[in-house]
Amino acid sequence: MNSKSLLWSLVSLLVLTSMLLSACGAPATTAAPAATVAPATQPPAATEAPTKAAAPTEAPAATGPSCGTDPVVLKASFETGFDLPFKLSEEFTKQYPNVTWDISQDQFANLINSTPLVLASDNAPDLLRLPTMVSFAKDGLLLNLDPYATAFGWNDWPVPQLNQNRIDANGVRGSGTLYAMGLNYSLTGVFYNKKLAAQIGMTEPPKTVAEFEDLLAKAKAAGLQPIMEWGSAKSGMGLAFPLQNLMAAYGPVGPINDWIFQKAGATIDTPSNLIAAQHLEQWIKNGYFPADINAIEYTDAAARFGKGEGVFTFNGDWQNAGYDKDLPGNVGFFLMPPAEAGGGYAAMSAPLTFGIAAKAKHPDCAAFFLNWVATNPKAREIDVAVGGSNPGGPAEATMPSVTAGSVTNETLAAGPVMGADGGAMDFIANATSSIFAQGWTPELQKMVGGQQDAAGLLKAVQAEYERELAQQ
Amino acid sequence: MMTVDNRPAALPASRQTHLNTRARREAFVGWLFVLPALLMYAVFVLLPFLLTILYSFYKWNGTGPMNWVGLKNYVTVFQVPNLIGTVFNAFWLVVWFSFIPVGLGLVVASVIHRVAAGRFGEIARTVLFLPQVIALVAAGIIWGWLFSLSGLVNQILKSIGLGAITRAWLGDFDWALSAVGIIGIWVLLGFCTVLLSTGISKIDPALYESARIDGASWFTEFVTITIPLLRHEISVCLTVTVIAALAAFDIVYVATAGGPGNSTAVPGLQVYILAFTQRAVGLASALAVILMVLVIVVIIPIQRLSREENAQ
Repeated sequence: MNSKSLLWSLVSLLVLTSMLLSACGAPATTAAPAATVAPATQPPAATEAPTKAAAPTEAPAATGPSCGTDPVVLKASFETGFDLPFKLSEEFTKQYPNVTWDISQDQFANLINSTPLVLASDNAPDLLRLPTMVSFAKDGLLLNLDPYATAFGWNDWPVPQLNQNRIDANGVRGSGTLYAMGLNYSLTGVFYNKKLAAQIGMTEPPKTVAEFEDLLAKAKAAGLQPIMEWGSAKSGMGLAFPLQNLMAAYGPVGPINDWIFQKAGATIDTPSNLIAAQHLEQWIKNGYFPADINAIEYTDAAARFGKGEGVFTFNGDWQNAGYDKDLPGNVGFFLMPPAEAGGGYAAMSAPLTFGIAAKAKHPDCAAFFLNWVATNPKAREIDVAVGGSNPGGPAEATMPSVTAGSVTNETLAAGPVMGADGGAMDFIANATSSIFAQGWTPELQKMVGGQQDAAGLLKAVQAEYERELAQQ
Repeated sequence: MMTVDNRPAALPASRQTHLNTRARREAFVGWLFVLPALLMYAVFVLLPFLLTILYSFYKWNGTGPMNWVGLKNYVTVFQVPNLIGTVFNAFWLVVWFSFIPVGLGLVVASVIHRVAAGRFGEIARTVLFLPQVIALVAAGIIWGWLFSLSGLVNQILKSIGLGAITRAWLGDFDWALSAVGIIGIWVLLGFCTVLLSTGISKIDPALYESARIDGASWFTEFVTITIPLLRHEISVCLTVTVIAALAAFDIVYVATAGGPGNSTAVPGLQVYILAFTQRAVGLASALAVILMVLVIVVIIPIQRLSREENAQ
């Protein structure tokens, strides 16, 4: 999600400047940004969607849903700048020549704005990258994938894979009806510069938070930058990563996921989260993060780490290719260690979500594609090589091999460790669509600036969370 | 309307009724010419404007059902510090986006007029105007580098012995808004200078000549001739730049996106986040309406000032 930030900014900016240019002419048009969404909006196709959702065009019979043998043109909506779905669609056509593609693409920020309109139109895509999903599902714009899950046996796959894409009748994620599948499943944790780590005497990844903090202190004493992280509001605050890792080290994963999935009464302001936030506050005070973190953008942080500034950095496996390029063979990865030795490992891990429109013309073929991505050996190979993340799929599926020395080997190996401990979390930055922009980012920036403490941080974010839910 | 005399002689100018028909037909043709522009204006300005006011009374995510909530959105805007607080940032930006560029622009235009009317003056005007032409996105990235911890601004400060005050300017709670303001000066100074230069060139040179014969200094000329006769241009500059400050979005978005900790957040930015990220279209509309009222309240006195002065 973070590597896109720069692109998002650019595109949203173009859109906005054009709007605001017109605003220069007359004061009245200052209202334009809010209003332009609306005129094109159509009422949700509530009447059509549920009926279609209940019955895929061909009931999954013994043969199972497929693309058939007649020519099919799959209409798809992908995200600009990410090669994976494009490469997968090319390979799919090679294997199933009767299927060709009509692909439209756009930047993530534009997808957020345009997806509801596209889904509601008569020309809805069969397969689409979902920037968010709960409100689309609530409005009946997404196809219920449960019949396909039954037909293809997705329900037998390791549980956390599908749960993040399930939404119950109250709009709570985590269980209920399946509305999307992941093309892959990202993993986050701590990346480290192997040379610098050896310099401070790290021979193996830390096994507890205390051991990790000991390494951070050693790095500081050695005059190195202990952690490289980003924090500009233009990228969103990267300290949300270490904070959530600390939360999962000092408390159970369940309540954190409940909060992200918007379960009724969920709160982020818990005693164990307070301990986590206090550790983060101490790290800031100890100077473990760059002094100018509030002005560092995502791409700058990745580049500075690539130039050897920073022993550690909290990030996700989507950055693997970049790290391999900047520091070939010199980047390692470990999962954030638990508070006590022998405790369970946890990490943020999110699917690259793709769904099927309720009004799709070829839902069976789209579902067949989603199943193919996770189960076909060649597709899984592309998935790992291009995307860098775990392709998911059945537990017994073989993991494609990776170039020796790539940090991808280490992130792929860490996935099952976290999975076995049941420690998969979505991102606290994704709890609501703007909790990152309006809650975590400003409040964590204040903590860096000495204007917010651990307790105040959690209270402020919880208040913003409740305000946003009340707006829904 | 007795403009009959201008018509070709072939037209009989005798009967009033005929004239009326003709005038009416001409008016009709005139409206036809205006119609396309009027239609665009209505669809892309008036309609969104009215819809925004309408939406501000609803709770709506942009696609789902709309629920009437009365004035609740307005109450929320005034209750949430992150929303209403941004208005104060916008007023602080008025100093940087408006007062300084207009003041500095007056001085620069006047100096160019007096001492460098030739080629040098043209080059100076062009250079100052360049920021208006450069894509703001690119400029934002470059300003980000300049203001960064290892950037040029800090290097200069270090070289003149001010190393103690170096910081990441756009990430500093006390200085970020002023740093954004400096980018605003850079963008808007050229616009003001060019507009005011044009104004000065329209002032009768005889006035300056006679002043100079009387031994007036540059400053006396500036205060007694330039400023009074540029009232109209100054009010246009003030109007445009005050709106740019109060309804600021682009410069803030490319420089800081509102950070750190909302210290540079402005209403325009919040409207965008509320509408497009949070999908709280009603709340965004309420803030937009408040912003619009604010802009009008500030702009009307400026407009009136210029009108009264023109009347004198």
